[in-house]
Amino acid sequence: MHDFSTVGKRVPKLDAADKATGRSRYIQDLKLPGMLYGKILYSKYAHARIVNIDVSQARALPGVRAVLTAEDIPDIKMGVYKDNRPLKKGKVRSYRDEVAAVAAVDPETARKALRLIDVVYDPLPAVFDPETAMREGAPLVHEAHKTNVLRMPWKLHYGDVEAARREAAFVVSERFTTTWVTHCCMGTSGAIAEFDPGNNLTIHSNTQIPSLAQKDFLEALAAMGLANRRVRVIKPCIGGGFGSKLDTYAYEYIAILLAYQTRRPVKIEFDRTEEFIATSTRQPTLTTISQGCDQDGKLLFRDVKMILDNGAYTSWGATTPSVMMMPITTLYRVPNVRYEASCVYTNNTYSQAMRGYGNPQATFAIESTIDMLAEAAGIEPLEFRRINANQPGDVSTQGLRITTCGLSECMDAVKAKLGWDQPRSSGEGVGVASLIHVGGGARVYKSDGCGAILKMDDFGKVDIFTGATDMGQGSDTVIAQIVAEELGLNIEDIHVIHSDTDICPWDVGAHASRTTFVAGNAALGAARKIKSRILEMAAKELYAPLEKLVLGNRHIQHAEEPDRKVEIGKLLRKAHFSHGGQMLMAESFYDPANENMGKDFRGNMSMTYTFGAHGVRVKVDEETGKVKVLNYVAVHDVGRAINPMLLEGQVYGGVMMGLGYALSEQVILERGETMNPNFRDYKILTAKDVVPIEAPVLETPDKDGPYGAKGIGEPGCVPTAPAVANAIYNAVGVRIRELPITPERVLAALRAKKGLDLCGIQKGAESAAACVIEE
Amino acid sequence: MARDISFVFNGNNMTARVEDHWTLLYFIREELGYTGTKEGCGSGECGACTVIVDGAAVNSCIYLAAELDGRSLLTIEGLAAADGSLHPLQKAFVERGGIQCGFCSPGMILSAKALLDENPAASEEDIRAAIAGNLCRCTGYIQIITPSKACAAMRRRDRAWWPGGTRKAESRHAERRTHVTHLIKRQSSN
Repeated sequence: MHDFSTVGKRVPKLDAADKATGRSRYIQDLKLPGMLYGKILYSKYAHARIVNIDVSQARALPGVRAVLTAEDIPDIKMGVYKDNRPLKKGKVRSYRDEVAAVAAVDPETARKALRLIDVVYDPLPAVFDPETAMREGAPLVHEAHKTNVLRMPWKLHYGDVEAARREAAFVVSERFTTTWVTHCCMGTSGAIAEFDPGNNLTIHSNTQIPSLAQKDFLEALAAMGLANRRVRVIKPCIGGGFGSKLDTYAYEYIAILLAYQTRRPVKIEFDRTEEFIATSTRQPTLTTISQGCDQDGKLLFRDVKMILDNGAYTSWGATTPSVMMMPITTLYRVPNVRYEASCVYTNNTYSQAMRGYGNPQATFAIESTIDMLAEAAGIEPLEFRRINANQPGDVSTQGLRITTCGLSECMDAVKAKLGWDQPRSSGEGVGVASLIHVGGGARVYKSDGCGAILKMDDFGKVDIFTGATDMGQGSDTVIAQIVAEELGLNIEDIHVIHSDTDICPWDVGAHASRTTFVAGNAALGAARKIKSRILEMAAKELYAPLEKLVLGNRHIQHAEEPDRKVEIGKLLRKAHFSHGGQMLMAESFYDPANENMGKDFRGNMSMTYTFGAHGVRVKVDEETGKVKVLNYVAVHDVGRAINPMLLEGQVYGGVMMGLGYALSEQVILERGETMNPNFRDYKILTAKDVVPIEAPVLETPDKDGPYGAKGIGEPGCVPTAPAVANAIYNAVGVRIRELPITPERVLAALRAKKGLDLCGIQKGAESAAACVIEE
Repeated sequence: MARDISFVFNGNNMTARVEDHWTLLYFIREELGYTGTKEGCGSGECGACTVIVDGAAVNSCIYLAAELDGRSLLTIEGLAAADGSLHPLQKAFVERGGIQCGFCSPGMILSAKALLDENPAASEEDIRAAIAGNLCRCTGYIQIITPSKACAAMRRRDRAWWPGGTRKAESRHAERRTHVTHLIKRQSSN
């Protein structure tokens, strides 16, 4: 075990005191002089032609400075598929479609102006179910696209699935569905856009992708006839991300367009209803899956077909199948794999990235069927998984190279900590599910890089400018710990600046649990450059050979003669205040040696993979169908825990989000309209729902990670739902294939098992038709 | 219509003219200019706007500013000591991972404070109940409950450790609480 001074310590988040005292400024707290308030008018239909928009009354309202519709703005194409526009022209395709926007001197006037805009719609037949949308003759969401199926052919076949199926001793085939859930960031979305006299744009925005957002906004400016201007993206303190801020959105472009029109700063800030209705969700999925194994329980094949509800427009969420490929091909050793996914346009809200990026949906189907297959083969579920567990050195069919892997040890820990073999009372059950996730970056774009710039001042203090985005997860603190460790400084000597594209280096964004690994390595690279320079300076100062010098406690000293030492601050002052002096500043760019997927989707997308196993004990009330989680164990193979406290925070938060996904959360869309845009009806878990969670950390230092660390931002919510579903099966013998696992669903399954309908009436009985369940 | 009110704001006497329809949240953020109190939903569902009025935690987004007349208001900006040193709860939240994105933190801390002020014997159940109206999406609440519990335990061991934690302060709080309860009852019976 290494003896680290800062790495591995439970260092409080650097910004925690500011947040605890109300000093931190979020987008809600920012006001610029002369700022106007923008508001957006959304569609009244899921699918309709826009016949006419009359804005004359709104424009005439005192205090209104601008009213925009699609007619007033250039053609700005948004999204990965370029199928979206800030304001919709010709027709609306979902209830969240932006139809018009207003800028006014205060929010109330802006709201009033929205009410004065008269839009005449001609409703069109709409489609809300992706399977229906795929059929010939279904209403087209985008006529020019000719079909509702996106032209993103997610399709792979490694080995020979059909041959393996014939060979298999046991085969399980099933169908699973998941629905919309949403991020519920406590701080709602918002942006302030402002132009200078030269038409350079400054935008304050909640974003996880400052550098990519900069590029998107530059393209928008070009479409506005403002090519070759500058865009500066400033991030305020962010009130939660979870993937929601991995794209640029209509409201940001609308703020830009209103600011350009009015020559004033314009702020758009979502209220909670808007946040529920007009931000994106996790993709609903329909998954058909079969898996087979031989007599001894060895997996022979996995065959997965998936339909994803894309909604009306295409965000990065449409690329989640690329991440789903990872668990589908590589969670456990599977020699033959086939996967095909279609993203389908519907007139629903469009979906986006959300913590886990498709992995939770895929793992729900995989790990539920693994349990069923284990049962079919007559093998205990943990044992079945152990037989098939990935091992260090494996290369999966997809070409994912497993470096460090503690999956088996994670399962052992679950078994021990959960009391797997303990006797259980009636209605009580245990379940397990494992996970694999990218832990060493993820090559989604051509680059997976992040930059860091490090400078030291006269007093031995460090400013580190990072491309990383801290949205609460604590990347600033982890980066500071890495730099402090490398330079022999204390944590309070390190100041992390991450908030401004004018100052900070480039990064592809806070996604794929990549920040500790990639931004950490970038910071480490810069710190190493500085370290070698100050060591050289110290060698001269102390007349000591370089290899004898060590850093620690803000000093550089001779390893064998502790009295021969010099304070780092003093070295710095000397460097500055001397003829022919030097400035201590270094930059580093770290781009991991991971691979983009090739044509057949093979490629080692991450430098390393994080593994984990979750175990849960539940009690099912057979009278009501209510599931109570008694305790939860989430074990992860994290490489090294740079900050165990923040790491536990990621796991706890992830597990609670995952339990919400499993049991209570759903955005209820009725014919495309959000029925529950508030926290009364959209049930995220509260402090009263907290279950005892143990999160033991398994350290398997990875050779490529900074101090051996792997990513851990997302895994906490990946296998939660199947672990719960497996525990319910273990408890009462019913298999729930649909999320969330509501009491109604459990009760319906319990009664169906007894040949009864949901109301407890024998099927076929005269009164049975009266039993209708509304969800 | 507007009216003049007098109140104590973070320990200082104040008077202000408020519109009848202003919420306390609006008054704090837009008129007083203190932005530590957050708006998470605007309808009393998330607790991000929690402040303490006369010892009781309230959702300032559904509390009228005019109701503040004659009362004492504490926002997160008034919680640390005059010399800037953190309140024990703030310190515990900071040191034990109770804060991630931080948007819920001011409200969460004030809900916990209101509970511990009046109930030094608060159990984990009490803590969970007191913060059940404060939603957090980052922490899973565990690292929020732990520091709150630690503070409760310390407070029980050492009364003087808790700011205003003397018996006198407690009975004053109890008195105010009764006063508030009476007011609410009176209003609802009207």
